Amino acid sequence: MTVRTEEVSSRLYGWEHPDTMREYRKKHKSFAKKDKRTTLAEAVSRGVKDGDYIAFGGMGSVRNPIAAVHEIIRQKIGDLTIGTKGSQHDWQLLAAAGNVTKAEVAYGFGDEVRGLSRPARAAAESGRLKVLSETTNAGFQWRFTAAMKGLSFYPTRSSLGTDTLHYSGSKTIIDPFTNEPVELLPACYPDVVIIHVHRADRYGNCQIDGNIAEDIELAHAGKFVIITAEEIIHDEVIQQDPALTKIPYFVVDAVVEVPYGSHPNQVPGLYSFDETHWQEWLDASLTDEDVEQYFNTYVYGTKDHYAYLEKIGGVRVLRELEKIEKKLAPYPKVARRRGK
Amino acid sequence: MANETEKMIVAAARLLPADGAVFVGTGMPLLASVLALNTHAPDLLLVYEGGGVGGKPTGRLPIQVSESLTYENGVTVGSMDYVMSLAQAGWIQYGFLGGAQIDQYGNLNTTVIGDWEKPKVRLPGSGGGADLASLCEKTIVIIGQDRKKFVKELDFLTSPGYFTGPGEREKAGLPANTGPYRVITQLGVYGFDKETKKMTLLHLFEGHTLEEVQENSSFPIAISKDWTYVTKPTDEELTTLRSLDPDGVVIA
Repeated sequence: MTVRTEEVSSRLYGWEHPDTMREYRKKHKSFAKKDKRTTLAEAVSRGVKDGDYIAFGGMGSVRNPIAAVHEIIRQKIGDLTIGTKGSQHDWQLLAAAGNVTKAEVAYGFGDEVRGLSRPARAAAESGRLKVLSETTNAGFQWRFTAAMKGLSFYPTRSSLGTDTLHYSGSKTIIDPFTNEPVELLPACYPDVVIIHVHRADRYGNCQIDGNIAEDIELAHAGKFVIITAEEIIHDEVIQQDPALTKIPYFVVDAVVEVPYGSHPNQVPGLYSFDETHWQEWLDASLTDEDVEQYFNTYVYGTKDHYAYLEKIGGVRVLRELEKIEKKLAPYPKVARRRGK
Repeated sequence: MANETEKMIVAAARLLPADGAVFVGTGMPLLASVLALNTHAPDLLLVYEGGGVGGKPTGRLPIQVSESLTYENGVTVGSMDYVMSLAQAGWIQYGFLGGAQIDQYGNLNTTVIGDWEKPKVRLPGSGGGADLASLCEKTIVIIGQDRKKFVKELDFLTSPGYFTGPGEREKAGLPANTGPYRVITQLGVYGFDKETKKMTLLHLFEGHTLEEVQENSSFPIAISKDWTYVTKPTDEELTTLRSLDPDGVVIA
């Protein structure tokens, strides 16, 4: 049985006074049209520091910056705090590789129908990974919403009376209009946010097709924002239809063209899940030795993302994943965790 | 012959209305919802946490609540903010939940077994579970039943049921007239007593007994005086269900 302690519940992570963030933005963000294109290695080394609070865009194992995750592992950046906002493969790779030591959890430790993540669970159960707080998927969304809106909190009626709320850093007050309890979710400003998008221009204006998860709010909440894009397109093309720009350039600090940057995960409309590679990872994830071997083969053993793409099968595999997403090839068997 | 999983999914599908919206997760909830869509409820609106609304996927069922199939042939596609706001504003009548532990008031644990600070087993956490359990009008829990899952006291209360009884949800500040509606296990279908808000057996799957219901629970389960057996899945239900999961990702 969990012992509820007030001391734990009052801790705040990623929170700042809105005025502190107004000053931060004045100092660090710019409206100048600067060419922010760089390499993945440079963007990661400039943006991700030991001890940072980090969050990734997309949701579950869809449209995640996996290439950037690999680069964080290659650069051995450590002691990260992760916000697992409905997060799966991206942060679980970091947990397996040992780069994260702390987590605020909405959804973690699982891959939906594929099964639970043994390496991430083992990290938490052994104490190598400390769970700082619990929240919900809507909770994380609205923590970023508060940050985007320049507020210290965002109100919701979700999760009142639960242990989830108790360990969330939220506060319950009496709503002055209804005279009933309402939950205030603390704003969350990650030190670094990495979002994978369909298209961006060199300044950082981004187009995302399909579902957006909470990426607009997340991009406005992050202190340092790295965009990895399937494709860099000309800014004149982006300007032709501003309604398609979901993330504006002025919140973005670095832009990297990373084709197939979400592999083995999906990018809606472009390519499907690589079920063969997923099965390889799920099988490897069952023992520490095989996890290490996986990283040696695909991450430490590849000097960059392009070498990784060759390692996983190159154009032949990638073109097939595009065909599946476009319904030109049948869906393959869904990869699932086998054994214990 | 339907297997246990198939029977549970068919029972869940039948609970869904012809005119309504349901918040779905992947796995059994999705199969139940798409089965309803393909049988008695062609206008049932499926809503996913990733932002997909009203999708009617082809080729295979979504394996992720945020993948493109969740809004294929759909109504709209938005954000987590949009779909969770729909739930909070009362648009979504039904929500599906699962869990590692449930108590007699339908409270759920999907966070830890053991102590939160030093968990024996770390589970996924709330995800959208506590949101759905708080904000949807009626929630349907699909869970395997044994004494370790049907517990007197949860190790962690992740998602709200009726807490400790009548009026407690309202006292906590949750939206009025919401809460657990049905619990479906391999043994039967349960509701919650109007007066006590305690779990009560409504229907038993054929081949199981009232004794098994109690033997597989650490808390006492009341038996409705009008209890019946669950009507067997029809051929149409089973054929449709199996065609939705040909590789047996969920129903094998």
